[in-house]
Amino acid sequence: MSDVWTLIDLFVTFARMSLIAVGGMQSVLGEVYREVVEVRGWMSAADLADLIALAQASPGPNGLFSGLIGLRVAGVAGFFVGALAVALPPAILAFGMSRVRRRLATAHWLRSAQAGMVPIVVGLVLAGGLVSAQAADDTWAKIGLTVAVSLVVWRTTWNPLWLLGVGALIGLARL
Amino acid sequence: MVDVAAHEQDSRVVPTKLGLLLTFMKIGVVGFGGVGPWARRIIVEERGWLDEREYADVLSICGVLPGPNVGNVSVFVGDRFHGLVGAVLALSGLMSGPLAIMLALGYLYELLGGIPAIDSAVGGVGAAAAGLFIGTGLKMAQRLKLSAAAVGILVGAFVAVGLLRVPLVPVILTLGPVGIALAWRYRW
Repeated sequence: MSDVWTLIDLFVTFARMSLIAVGGMQSVLGEVYREVVEVRGWMSAADLADLIALAQASPGPNGLFSGLIGLRVAGVAGFFVGALAVALPPAILAFGMSRVRRRLATAHWLRSAQAGMVPIVVGLVLAGGLVSAQAADDTWAKIGLTVAVSLVVWRTTWNPLWLLGVGALIGLARL
Repeated sequence: MVDVAAHEQDSRVVPTKLGLLLTFMKIGVVGFGGVGPWARRIIVEERGWLDEREYADVLSICGVLPGPNVGNVSVFVGDRFHGLVGAVLALSGLMSGPLAIMLALGYLYELLGGIPAIDSAVGGVGAAAAGLFIGTGLKMAQRLKLSAAAVGILVGAFVAVGLLRVPLVPVILTLGPVGIALAWRYRW
């Protein structure tokens, strides 16, 4: 399973995604489902939803779910390759930007670029949520839970960790 | 670059290399469900390394860059105080704790994943996690006070990726230039 080509495949897949993940890894969630489930056939959508849930329930940058996908596909080596593929390429780019930032900070085009990308990022986050919901929600109770959590996150400032705990309980109750 | 930074913030705290590593380690581990708000609180309020405006500047540049936002922030802050070494230390600090925890969790899950109770619980967390993404998207959309054209772009991205499952690269290459041109023209 864990041959070199699988590791290279993992690295290339997630490095590519990390470099188009404008606004954070949550905006490529839909693309992750498409690549991992439909294109590569590494696992089912429901399995992927479980791994992303596990990553959400852990501390730290959410994009590291790529490590869990790597772990499933290619063992511990896959874990580190998946995580590094998401962390490293953007960090190198950020380091380059950090070196020229003083010239950029006030550039009109930078503000336009940012403002222009924002609606796309929001659309992609919502798309990622929909794709996740389709993968995770196999009962009416879970659909209700997804809707309820959406409303709570939208309308309140409650800590999302509690909501994930409620989700675990509803799952345990087999609803 | 280091000199410029030192002049600008004579009254503020300059972190040591060890301080960078340990502080970003802390940021990585305390941030459940996204580290963004914690990073600001610890860097600006607790440590005083950057003031509110400087942090907003860094964040606005990191927001246009791809990849995990707080990862980019760590590179900027590390580079600002200790160059390449600082950037590497800050990023490693941020990633090390979460990676260790996630590897342990993932390994446990691979071992115990067949147990029905665990599968059911994780399935429920998945349903809640989907709601986290949707709620975050709704919150962002509401705060932005978008123009009609921007809403059109938002809906276009949502339909293309969420409903039609179009690959992301062509979506960004199509909608990105339109969004940026509109932002430039109308000064969003």
